[in-house]
Amino acid sequence: MANNNGAYLIRGAAILDGAKEDLLIQDGFIVDRGVNINADGATVIEGEGLVALPGMVDVHTHLREPGREDAETVETGTRAAALGGFTAVHAMANSTPVADTAGVVEQVHSLGQTAGWVDVRPVGAVTVGLAGQQLAELGAMADSRAQVRMFSDDGLCVHDPVLMRRALEYVKAFDGVVAQHAQEPRLTEGAQMNEGDVSAVLGLAGWPAVAEESIIARDVLLTQHVGSRLHVCHVSTAGSVEIIRWAKARGINVTAEVTPHHLLLTDELVRSYDPVYKVNPPLRTDADVQALRAALADGTIDVVGTDHAPHPSEHKECEWAQAAMGMTGLETALSVVQQTMIETGLMSWSDFARVTSAAPAVIGRLADQGRPLETGEPANIILVDPAARWTVDPSTMATMGRNSPFAGRELPGKVVATFFKGHPTVLEGKLNTPYRNTAAVQQAVPAAGPVSGL
Amino acid sequence: MRHLLSTEDLSLHNAKRILDTAEEMAAVGEREVKKLPALRGRTVVNLFFEDSTRTRISFEAAAKRLSADVINFAAKGSSVSKGESLKDTAQTLAAMGADAVVIRHWASGAPHRLAATDWIDAAVINAGDGTHEHPTQALLDAFTMRRHWAKLGGLASTGGDLKGMRVAIAGDVLHSRVARSNVWLLRTLGAQVTLVAPPTLLPIGVEQWPCSVSYDLDETLEKGVDAVMMLRVQGERMNASFFPSTREYSRRWGFDDNRLRTLDRIGLKDTIIMHPGPMNRGLEISAAAADSHRSTVLSQVRNGVSVRMAALYLLLSGETREPAHNLSKESN
Repeated sequence: MANNNGAYLIRGAAILDGAKEDLLIQDGFIVDRGVNINADGATVIEGEGLVALPGMVDVHTHLREPGREDAETVETGTRAAALGGFTAVHAMANSTPVADTAGVVEQVHSLGQTAGWVDVRPVGAVTVGLAGQQLAELGAMADSRAQVRMFSDDGLCVHDPVLMRRALEYVKAFDGVVAQHAQEPRLTEGAQMNEGDVSAVLGLAGWPAVAEESIIARDVLLTQHVGSRLHVCHVSTAGSVEIIRWAKARGINVTAEVTPHHLLLTDELVRSYDPVYKVNPPLRTDADVQALRAALADGTIDVVGTDHAPHPSEHKECEWAQAAMGMTGLETALSVVQQTMIETGLMSWSDFARVTSAAPAVIGRLADQGRPLETGEPANIILVDPAARWTVDPSTMATMGRNSPFAGRELPGKVVATFFKGHPTVLEGKLNTPYRNTAAVQQAVPAAGPVSGL
Repeated sequence: MRHLLSTEDLSLHNAKRILDTAEEMAAVGEREVKKLPALRGRTVVNLFFEDSTRTRISFEAAAKRLSADVINFAAKGSSVSKGESLKDTAQTLAAMGADAVVIRHWASGAPHRLAATDWIDAAVINAGDGTHEHPTQALLDAFTMRRHWAKLGGLASTGGDLKGMRVAIAGDVLHSRVARSNVWLLRTLGAQVTLVAPPTLLPIGVEQWPCSVSYDLDETLEKGVDAVMMLRVQGERMNASFFPSTREYSRRWGFDDNRLRTLDRIGLKDTIIMHPGPMNRGLEISAAAADSHRSTVLSQVRNGVSVRMAALYLLLSGETREPAHNLSKESN
């Protein structure tokens, strides 16, 4: 593959739901879009049968580094992200040490730049050590080189209502957002799975929907009261959807996320007692799955977030109650969303781009991500073969985690190429080379992105 | 039969096969030499992650009466952080050549994990897992009820079922593996089950179970009942607000002397009182009820050995061993 001038010509790919066009990429930008572009010296990528989409942005990724490099590293996690069609991920704060200081978020940010597969946007902890006692230095993290805008104690709920109120108020100073893991702790002590018909039979301690819904209800009211911005992580119940719909109708500035696994899997799978299905929040019922799909389609839920949570095998090869909670998701997200939202007719590829790229970039305040595929825009682009079918085999994945709940399933859609800042990190469905920063690149600006009202 | 993990997927055919075999085993228990050579040379491991002396010695007696070699393995507190994992324990037992593993575990589903993984190829018997199931307890309860029911009907116990029998199960259903296993097995055998408990000690989702649910023990007794099974209640549940006090619990849901008199008053002379043990006398059952002629507590213990002999025999005797799917897929 000759590459004379660093330019790439994607020839004849469908632009989202539109007609087949060519995209010319050079120096990190889309420099031309049109039919029959003539670009001497550019490397030609045949786009026949493929769909071109903006690079996906994950608002919810666990990269495990620093501290649990036996589970995942920034390098392996971002390789998985690139293969899955992502050009940016938000690294959750529950590392060891916790990302609750400027030093840790800068370390994670720097590891991401060194890896070069995607933008790594660290999420800062809301409270020191995720302990729910005292605010972390949110301002220092916002002002750091990592320019943190999203704060979350994910894995744990900021359950103290006063602390949550203060966090929501404080982040207004730098256009931040509090991403809440909505889980009332007293209602979920020892909880193992969704509380309902299946937990009754299996004798596993129930995790009631109300434990999630009551926190969301409280938080949207707090958000309204202090005039701040709230993001609700991994919404999992039909009742949560109703509360968020109500809040949005009242003009409350709340956004919400759903994981791919909550769009497809139900608590019936727990009957196997296989801990690969153990996750927080737990898999719910089919009625919840249907409500989540409808909410993502109608915009009540704004984004898909993977909650990619790799674990070493010994944390899953054990009794259910002993097992760690979490599932990998970066390399299956596109396929699961295609299966549950596009092949069901609920969404178009344009909708897909909104929920996986544009809206998450706005929530995270990533100016260079989630942009339209237009001339002059940053070249964060993926090419997808929607006709492809593949069987999930966790042992062949780039993530170190083998805990995919989709193992053995046939899924539609395959990422053929990923362009990150104009550089192909993935070609022909395989990792190519990481992006190498040749000049200082501004990665995020504090100002609001182009999609307003989020 | 390959494993005995739950009664939920135990077919009527296999349930009766175990109960009928247990009748044969009971006959052995009445002989002068209470021993059969059936499992000579086979190794049965009692793998107990939770203390339960009575269940362990019942399985031990059952295995020894069938001439199996018995290894008792008390593995308390096993967790990834504290010590050896279930996987490593299972592989260790496999390497030692265990033919059957009788597992008691505080975690629901642990026996299913042993059976579903490739960690060990032995037959797995669930001797109680968390708040999930305790199938051999339900089988010994059913065995006890079937003998009683057959006697009332003037029939032989062997080959019979529990059609028409009214059974009340009262107590902490939420945390009870005994209640769950009994509900499924009694359904399969044709009995009508009523669960009686405070609403706090019933699981969300119980309305889907094949039984009736009542909050009122007196009303349940007045309607007529052929067996009353009292479940053990832990006094500590009071601290988690499942009920206000042990005294209030006893008054509303305990089988006390008044309720014992009620059975006589309304003419239920053949109604039996059951308890899986160990009993909290004065909490869920009064001393007079526990010691009355209606009580089957000691018969249940005796029958436990026969039922466990039957389970071990059917799982380990070569000619009757069959794949697990045959056990669960047979129609009821």
